[in-house]
Amino acid sequence: MTALLDPESDVSPSPGLDDDRPRSIDPALPRVDKVFHASALGIGITVLVIMGAIGVFLGWQSIPTFKRYGWGFFTENQWQPEKDVIGISAVLLGTFTIALVAISIAFPLALSSAIYISEYAPPRLKNLLVSLVDLMAAVPSIIWGLWGFFLIQPKAIHLAHWFHTHMGWVPFFHVDTDPEASSWAQSRYAASAFIAGIAVAMMVVPMAAAIMRQVFSQAPIGEREAALGLGATRWGMIRAVVLPFGRGGIIGGSMLALGRALGETIAVVLIISPAFDIKFRPLEVGTESVSALIAGRFGEATSNQLSALLTAGFVLFIITLIINTLAAMIVSRSRSGAQTD
Amino acid sequence: MTAIEDVTSYRYAVPVVPSPASQGGTLEARNVSAWFGSNKVLERVSLTMPANTVTALIGPSGCGKSTFLRILNRMHELVASAQLNGEVLLDDMDIYASGHRITETRKRIGMVFQKPNPFPAMSISDNVTAGLKLTGTKVARSDKDALIERSLTRAGLWKEVKDRLKEPGGALSGGQQQRLCIARSLAVEPEVLLMDEPCSALDPTSTRRVEETIHEIKDQVTIVIVTHNMQQAARVSQQCAFFLAEMGTPGQIVEAGATEQIFGDPVDPRTEDYVNGRFG
Repeated sequence: MTALLDPESDVSPSPGLDDDRPRSIDPALPRVDKVFHASALGIGITVLVIMGAIGVFLGWQSIPTFKRYGWGFFTENQWQPEKDVIGISAVLLGTFTIALVAISIAFPLALSSAIYISEYAPPRLKNLLVSLVDLMAAVPSIIWGLWGFFLIQPKAIHLAHWFHTHMGWVPFFHVDTDPEASSWAQSRYAASAFIAGIAVAMMVVPMAAAIMRQVFSQAPIGEREAALGLGATRWGMIRAVVLPFGRGGIIGGSMLALGRALGETIAVVLIISPAFDIKFRPLEVGTESVSALIAGRFGEATSNQLSALLTAGFVLFIITLIINTLAAMIVSRSRSGAQTD
Repeated sequence: MTAIEDVTSYRYAVPVVPSPASQGGTLEARNVSAWFGSNKVLERVSLTMPANTVTALIGPSGCGKSTFLRILNRMHELVASAQLNGEVLLDDMDIYASGHRITETRKRIGMVFQKPNPFPAMSISDNVTAGLKLTGTKVARSDKDALIERSLTRAGLWKEVKDRLKEPGGALSGGQQQRLCIARSLAVEPEVLLMDEPCSALDPTSTRRVEETIHEIKDQVTIVIVTHNMQQAARVSQQCAFFLAEMGTPGQIVEAGATEQIFGDPVDPRTEDYVNGRFG
């Protein structure tokens, strides 16, 4: 043994001492495992291929529209195919307005119900509430649309009038009518982005609330006990431990809700009255969203118009893809999405 | 003195944060019984933990030592099915009496847990002051740094972290995290500090440091420590209580007394068997 270390000795060092590199190792999986790996990979790739195919199809159909109208498609706000004037700037603005109203209503509702269900509700009530919130998600969109149109609209008009009367000096709350008139024009407040936003909010609350609730329930009990052991109240503990832990879930859940709100179709179609003005006034009658535009015009579309509709759909697809990808990244990188010990 | 000198001399003469000349409080448990659902886990346990001493709770696993400890600062009731009977007196006032605020009790009786649990998203200095922030205790900005330094020094962590106070608390090693948790508990100036097997997850060096901390602070804080390590109990405590839960029966104190007597000349044969390592 010492011959290896002795510089005077004529025994040369054994071969392999100088080229110490990692060796390749073979797990030698059984055939069944290899088949499973391959089929799981295949199915995963198929999903990606389908998504890509949708994007490619929409993009392919958009080519005639882009060739004909160019970038004017994004700056033009009128939609009059008989005059060959087509553009989605007003439509995109309406889509975001409706989504903004929906998220403003849905976010506080989802956050507070998630905090209540996961932190404050007694155990028997908790299961009931979880089921109820999930049931909200099972209600078909058209029911929410009918609810919004027949039940909410007559009442929400008065709320919109109130906003206009007291905050109408802010352009956002302005409506093009006289709020002080003794018989103020109710129809000017109906069929607006505000009413549609309320209905869409009800559709996205269960999704956001479920994600936030699951994330809050994963907050580590060690940290909770540390905060309580220092003398914190329950709300103090929630603010110090649960909410920071759940930040990823809160943001991710809200962005997923936003993605859904951007694409919601039938409820919006039932409620709004289409209008193609560039305006950022959700309380006022008349707006349009991409999905409502496609649903409304699809039946009577000529091939040119069809291509334009599909182009609008392509734009919506890209926007939703980006938002959902961002949401997934935020959730997975946060403490709540990643591994907790 | 001029008017300006008057003002400055007044400001420094009145400290905002009282120095830790506060004394520990006497904790007394009287006939404490505990249940989880219908399962009784403690049977009429009575123990007096004198002020400014270290009381060690020893005994085999599952005999109710941790449950008893958690009853002392009202953490036991966090579990949904938990119930208890009896009284726990801090300086002759029952902490379970109606009208006693639970947050006030937990501020006066602090706890260090078995697994270190610093707040990972907060910096080291924010971790130390977390208890003050959570209980709404106001500390002047100028005194905050002094308080952080004092708490970390008492916990034996100041020298290692004084240059990186803004780093997140989760980035420390296990032993450092536990000492950070001790500093965090000390910052609210409790009268009693409960420690639930604080060194069981730590290496011997960190264990030694924590034991040094216990020795230094016992003159200001009453300490109750649950430990499986009998050598540790012998080293740090002045009083020991031996818990035992025989097959199927709830936990009880078999024998309690001065540490030298429990380890050197125990009265009960079961105590003698346990401290000599014959079971547990």
